[in-house]
Amino acid sequence: MPAFSCAFPGCRRDLLVIVLVVFVGIGLPIEASAPAYQSHGTEGSHLTNITNTKKAFPVLAVNYEHVRKPFEIALWILLALLMKLGFHLIPRLSAVVPESCLLIVVGLLVGGLIKVIGEEPPVLDSQLFFLCLLPPIILDAGYFLPIRPFTENVGTILVFAVIGTLWNAFFMGGLLYALCQIESVGLSGVDLLACLLFGSIVSAVDPVAVLAVFEEIHINELVHILVFGESLLNDAVTVVLYNLFEEFSKVGTVTVLDVFLGVVCFFVVSLGGVLVGAIYGFLAAFTSRFTSHTRVIEPLFVFLYSYMAYLSSEMFHLSGIMALIACGVVMRPYVEANISHKSYTTIKYFLKMWSSVSETLIFIFLGVSTVAGPHAWNWTFVITTVILCLVSRVLGVIGLTFIINKFRIVKLTKKDQFIVAYGGLRGAIAFSLGYLLSNSHQMRNLFLTAIITVIFFTVFVQGMTIRPLVELLAVKKKKESKPSINEEIHTEFLDHLLTGVEGVCGHYGHYHWKEKLNRFNKTYVKRWLIAGENFKEPELIAFYRKMELKQAIMMVESGQLPSVLPSTISMQNIQPRAIPRVSKKREEEIRRILRANLQNNKQKMRSRSYSRHTLFDADEEDNVSEVRLRKTKMEMERRVSVMERRVSVMEREGRCDGEGGSV
Amino acid sequence: MGSTNSTLSKIPNVEELMQETGFTPAHIVRLYDRFEALDKEKTGHLRPQDFGAINRLAMNPIGDRIIGAFFSPGQETVDFHSFVRILAHFRPADKKRPKDPSMPEPVNSRTSKLKYPPLVFSLISVAFQLYDQDKDGKISRAELLQVLRSMLEMQVTEEQLESIADRTIQEADLDKDDAISFEEFRKSLEKVNIDHKMSIRFLR
Repeated sequence: MPAFSCAFPGCRRDLLVIVLVVFVGIGLPIEASAPAYQSHGTEGSHLTNITNTKKAFPVLAVNYEHVRKPFEIALWILLALLMKLGFHLIPRLSAVVPESCLLIVVGLLVGGLIKVIGEEPPVLDSQLFFLCLLPPIILDAGYFLPIRPFTENVGTILVFAVIGTLWNAFFMGGLLYALCQIESVGLSGVDLLACLLFGSIVSAVDPVAVLAVFEEIHINELVHILVFGESLLNDAVTVVLYNLFEEFSKVGTVTVLDVFLGVVCFFVVSLGGVLVGAIYGFLAAFTSRFTSHTRVIEPLFVFLYSYMAYLSSEMFHLSGIMALIACGVVMRPYVEANISHKSYTTIKYFLKMWSSVSETLIFIFLGVSTVAGPHAWNWTFVITTVILCLVSRVLGVIGLTFIINKFRIVKLTKKDQFIVAYGGLRGAIAFSLGYLLSNSHQMRNLFLTAIITVIFFTVFVQGMTIRPLVELLAVKKKKESKPSINEEIHTEFLDHLLTGVEGVCGHYGHYHWKEKLNRFNKTYVKRWLIAGENFKEPELIAFYRKMELKQAIMMVESGQLPSVLPSTISMQNIQPRAIPRVSKKREEEIRRILRANLQNNKQKMRSRSYSRHTLFDADEEDNVSEVRLRKTKMEMERRVSVMERRVSVMEREGRCDGEGGSV
Repeated sequence: MGSTNSTLSKIPNVEELMQETGFTPAHIVRLYDRFEALDKEKTGHLRPQDFGAINRLAMNPIGDRIIGAFFSPGQETVDFHSFVRILAHFRPADKKRPKDPSMPEPVNSRTSKLKYPPLVFSLISVAFQLYDQDKDGKISRAELLQVLRSMLEMQVTEEQLESIADRTIQEADLDKDDAISFEEFRKSLEKVNIDHKMSIRFLR
């Protein structure tokens, strides 16, 4: 519930419009009249050139050029964030329309306004996109990637990412070429390679769009990780295909050797990217080992090493996205064992913040670029592209699932397949790749238009309808789960059990290799990468310690343990030194406060997990209040009983201390 | 296949075994080969020492419990039939197998009072039995402590172990009897994707 309340019913809407108008109003005239001001700032001329006519000393002067670039950037970001704020003030809108759509519409409006004024609206510069806007989103995704579901499904994800994307690219490219051959379309100048290039650009599922839409529908973990993992891993395929066809379309011919080199290139790009990422990940982990005295800069190491991994792999034309993911995944367990709790929160906070801003900017710029960009419209081509996109995706998913299900234990149901197919959204990466095409391609404008149409279609139509469809088909939703020590222990037990059974059967399977990797990790890797004596700590203990720590913090925050500090080992072993006598009245008061807290949390609750909008899972907060209540009741009961025991002991000993009642 | 048939003919009552456990002839042959490999002295029975010779099992924290699971109480040896029967617990239930109504229900599709898919029931019940060494139907604090001690391999203090055990029981114990019953055990694992654990393809 927004904290903002208003007397009039339409007041919120008016405020929104005012805000928009104010900012656009301030921003645009300044942009438009920017060249009018010149930059001086050299008062030295007064001293050296006394023959100059004496001007009045400028008390107030405007020097816009000086701050122009940062000013514009800050203004755009501010605009984006205010828009985001605005959407959530309008109550029913954000429930029906996904944020990404709204942002694109805003972008369209802003672009339109700029054009009406007569200025050239800025286009989403590909360099800006790939080097500044995309990395935070990918790092956020990679760092917080849920490892267990990802590794359990990695085979399926790879099949969808690699083979699925290849199928899409060739199917679309081929059919579009066939279309262009038809005389009536009027596009006979387009050759096969150009079509294949177009196919490869438009075939890749986009991680930004997927994240933006899927975040709001809370689909079950399996489908989420399938679509999301696919969108991340298909980057390698896209990079290779794009570069391949770009090269070839300049030359014009393809030989078998080229195709072979293309395949080799794919492996180099993907594995190379992962390797670069892993190296930087280990470097980051190693560095974090020594940061115990300079906690403040710990988060910076994480960010910078990851960004370096991205840039380094982009430098070699390897897959930057895979490098970033690999870096995040590799460094996370070791870095988290080394850094302080506050640094962890900072990293989490900053990553979510930057990725949120990036995502917002990307969608707004998409809207603006649509208004700005050169367009060449051809009904047949564009409509066919959109239809083919859908058709090839559906066929691809169905066909691949049929094959994959033979190897999977948990089969993919028809509903899962539908969501995977329908959730294959295209986004800004496709646009940027299209924009990168050099102007020598005569079809560039047509391609751009078609790409934008596909993006709009997938984001608007598929994005808006996926939520009602999920409800309609009763697809399994995400199960809420709180961290449970039982789950940890029993899961580990089951792992050991199954490894043992594999041993009995003499089978070198899945569990055997996982066990080997764990052992290697424990004996060699952790020793080097984790500070102090912590490397010997088994994961179960680390997990337990974190749980207890969290609980201790919550209990102190709720004011239930004023002077008694819990030992770091266990809450049960609290030595009750100064026990306040908790009267019934006080107890009731405390209970009332806690219950109010609980209700408060419930109101703020939006249960998401890979969420852009909350730092802690709302379930965690809810669980915390619940646990707080339970723990506090227990504590109070225990204290009361201890008190009673003490009193009875004292009575027995015939003494009468005044100790029983310090409040 | 000729060699399969010849191996199968060496095993007494192999038809009954296949029906009961749902293993295919190929599986039975593989298991029989493994059984013979373990049975170094060719007695036709396996003793705990034979299991102990498996290196991977020796390194496993709960290896001794797993070995113990193969031997029913009081028995010193395990023959091929029991060997296969125990391993059948780790087989995913095959829904496509035609159910012959005259045959007794296969070992791992006990759809008794619990409305849980058979395959999950099997693995969880085996795990529960391995926790519950004294077979009283509950995991007591002492049993939990034992398991924790063997899994954590001397890297923690006794105090920490005790507090973890306390915490675990407190979390799972719904009827407040200071022990974890099978229902509570199953409930605490309901969020875990057990289906995925049954990935020992060898036994499919």
